[in-house]
Amino acid sequence: MLTYAMYARRLVLLFLLACLPTAWAGPVIQHWLSASGARVYFVQARELPMLDVSVTFAAGSARDVADKSGLARMTQQLMSLGAGAWSEQALAEALADVGAILGKQFDADRAVFTLRTLSEPRAREQALAVLQAVLAQPHFDPAILQREQARAVAGLKEAATRPSYLGEKALQAAMYGDHPYAMDEAGEIETIERLTRDDLLDFHRRHYTARNAVVALVGDVERTEAERIAEALTRALPPGEAAPPLPPVRVGAAGPVRVIPHPASQSHLFLGLPAIARDDAEFFPLVVGNYVLGGGGFDARILKEVRVRRGLAYSAYSTLAPLTRPGPFVIGLQTRREATEEALAAVHELLAAYLRDGPTEDELAQAKNYLVGSFPLRLDSNRKILDHIGMMGFYALPLDWLTRYPERVAAVTQQDVVRAFRARIRPEALHTVIVGGATAP
Amino acid sequence: MHVILARTWALACACLLVLGWAHAADTYEHTLANGLKVIVKPDRRAPVVVSQLWYRAGSMDESYGLTGVAHVLEHMMFKGTRSVPEGEFSRRIAAAGGRENAFTSRDATVYHQTLPAERLALALELEADRMSNLTLAPEAFARELKVVMEERRLRTEDNPQGLLYEALMATAFQSHPYRHPVIGWMEDLRQMRVEDASAWYARWYAPNNAVLVVVGDVEPAAVFALAERYFGAIPARPLPARRALAEAPQRGPRTVTVRAPARLPAAYLSWPVPKLERPAEDWEPYALEVLEGVLDGHASARLPRALVQEGRVAVGVSAGYDPVGRGPALFLASVTAAEGRTLDEAVAALKAEIARLAREGVGEAELARVKAQILAAQVYERDSLFFQAREIGEWETAGLDHRARGLRIERLRQVTPEQVQAVAARYLVDDRLTLAQLVPLPLAAEPARTAPDPAADVDIRHVR
Repeated sequence: MLTYAMYARRLVLLFLLACLPTAWAGPVIQHWLSASGARVYFVQARELPMLDVSVTFAAGSARDVADKSGLARMTQQLMSLGAGAWSEQALAEALADVGAILGKQFDADRAVFTLRTLSEPRAREQALAVLQAVLAQPHFDPAILQREQARAVAGLKEAATRPSYLGEKALQAAMYGDHPYAMDEAGEIETIERLTRDDLLDFHRRHYTARNAVVALVGDVERTEAERIAEALTRALPPGEAAPPLPPVRVGAAGPVRVIPHPASQSHLFLGLPAIARDDAEFFPLVVGNYVLGGGGFDARILKEVRVRRGLAYSAYSTLAPLTRPGPFVIGLQTRREATEEALAAVHELLAAYLRDGPTEDELAQAKNYLVGSFPLRLDSNRKILDHIGMMGFYALPLDWLTRYPERVAAVTQQDVVRAFRARIRPEALHTVIVGGATAP
Repeated sequence: MHVILARTWALACACLLVLGWAHAADTYEHTLANGLKVIVKPDRRAPVVVSQLWYRAGSMDESYGLTGVAHVLEHMMFKGTRSVPEGEFSRRIAAAGGRENAFTSRDATVYHQTLPAERLALALELEADRMSNLTLAPEAFARELKVVMEERRLRTEDNPQGLLYEALMATAFQSHPYRHPVIGWMEDLRQMRVEDASAWYARWYAPNNAVLVVVGDVEPAAVFALAERYFGAIPARPLPARRALAEAPQRGPRTVTVRAPARLPAAYLSWPVPKLERPAEDWEPYALEVLEGVLDGHASARLPRALVQEGRVAVGVSAGYDPVGRGPALFLASVTAAEGRTLDEAVAALKAEIARLAREGVGEAELARVKAQILAAQVYERDSLFFQAREIGEWETAGLDHRARGLRIERLRQVTPEQVQAVAARYLVDDRLTLAQLVPLPLAAEPARTAPDPAADVDIRHVR
């Protein structure tokens, strides 16, 4: 039997789907397991004579241990500074000679290498040979390690003068306690200083393995060529094992507001707690609900109230950062010091009202219209497609995850949002950090 | 290098990070009777379109006491018209699955939307409406001015790099309005009135002072028809005479010092250099672009290699040059000293590398490498709709025909080692140098406390 509510819900869903651009379901994703054991995701795109590749490992900062915090990122950093037949300088020149660009991304879960190259064979083969060496045969030159340690320490000391860094770091530590997600991705001054070449070699041997690798390719190559490339990139890696699971995250009661003194003219406010995992049952209610609360820019309540109505801040938002284990929900804003308490009170009031009543019908419809309608914008370049399929591969999301995204957004109800927000965004578990203060320094 | 203030922070960062040039092929151009120029570049890879409306009015058109007004008006353009109330512009674009924003630079103010291609009409309708029907209510203006002051605090007052760049520009330029910060001086913002914004709007927001650039999954003829439908009825207006603005010749080195809370001493360096004016005949701007690549084009290019990897006198170094702009061009460099080394040592090492290049020249392999990177970048940048539109807009705003971008690759190919050496020797010399240096202050010492705060040294306490 179809109740009226269910019926209405289906009507809305059908309507939203009808609004989607017809016959555009996004890119066709091909997927296979390479002989090396790596998972491979491929989208052919022949319009531009170029190829984008990413290789992702479960080798983010969550794989660090506290007394060697920063090891994971330093290992990734050193891998491209000399590898195989190439010295640091020869490697950079070999890439530049063919116009290729080697990039890195790093977070708590992932260490990602990206390569962008022209698809013509000479350029492509040279660039891929460099990437292959970077993954499998990094030198970890001790003199370069020493230099990069000094640079990392200098960077941390400089960052420690910036309110945004101080606030985010303190919030992360408070939210995650003794969980590995509490560690600073960049490490600590004293732990960076104690890293040795053996630490890097050991970390590389354990984490940069074929079974721990996801290869994504987007561009101007045939499937057979993509198969060969993926195999070549991971063949020289030890097979290894898939990374062990990370410990669960405990969400406990938040302590008192933490105030970090700083002389800046603005206070930086951060409120947060662990809230959303990549494979979360509440993923879509949280995403849709967060659009209304603070993720939807000028559509969102936080920006409307704090910026537009009160003129307190330039930037004010709430974000969700899904990870393997629950990643953070964070509310952030910056305001002149004298307005600190007013801004914090406004945020508390907004959040309480939202947890009590959830989004209005209009707000929910607006969020869905945006999230469904903007689906093609998420995939309008090779680079965006690469980032999506690399992410989907790493988190082992189903191949139809992208194509089903609009219908899943459309299916979210007001009750779904209220339920998910009340379960995950509990005010008593929300940590608060203020950098600066309510008075003149 | 353009400094661009966008309505949201992330976008500004993305814009500044993207370097290179779009491909010039396959653009279509049509000018409406009222003077609005429309340029369309089809790119059918996804059912998406980018629309950018470029007004040729940026901070360089401001006068003393009114700095920041171009950017304040950009904010006010989202505050409603006679038929579209405050907040509705953004709401309607988002409801259509679109994103929208705006940015202000020294040269222009730009409003842009990215949305599903079949919804382009909505963006053009709303954009045409606010070209002539803006409300500019005093109360909304007062609120938004507070937001802009918060933006200035965030970007500049509390950001040592922001303060340093502002000081560099105000010193490198003595007579040209490029010396004003795009966001405006704080005191000018404090005194700004809604009438200032109205006057700015009345002066510059006319179809004959704008270029509409559309890139994406569209038919050029259909875009021209839409532009005619929505913008066609807006009358052209006489624009104020634009005086030729020049920077007086620099007759010796200049130095400016900023003391601000930070840890590492850092510096910006600039030298006045030629900009691109005649794409088919000029050679120096192309040689300067190649020079930038030789110095900082890859991880082991001359500057990072000499200062960071080998000399270890710096933890970071960079070089930059943007040949396209309405005003005078600068060649820029920046350096951050390594711990235990002085800023003087780091700056001396940077200047020594440039002097060595001016003295000894560059090798053929080095030059070929830079050219290979430029050629590849020309392909890569076609992956971004937004970037392609922005390149067209920048060229047109600078008074260059965007179709001449096709010449650029050929002209860059022709650059010789002698030309690269010649521009380094001619322009990157001390008599033309402006040096802005950041002297770090410890956090606790700045600014002086007016009253002792017993809780200030305690890390954890309750507020309210």
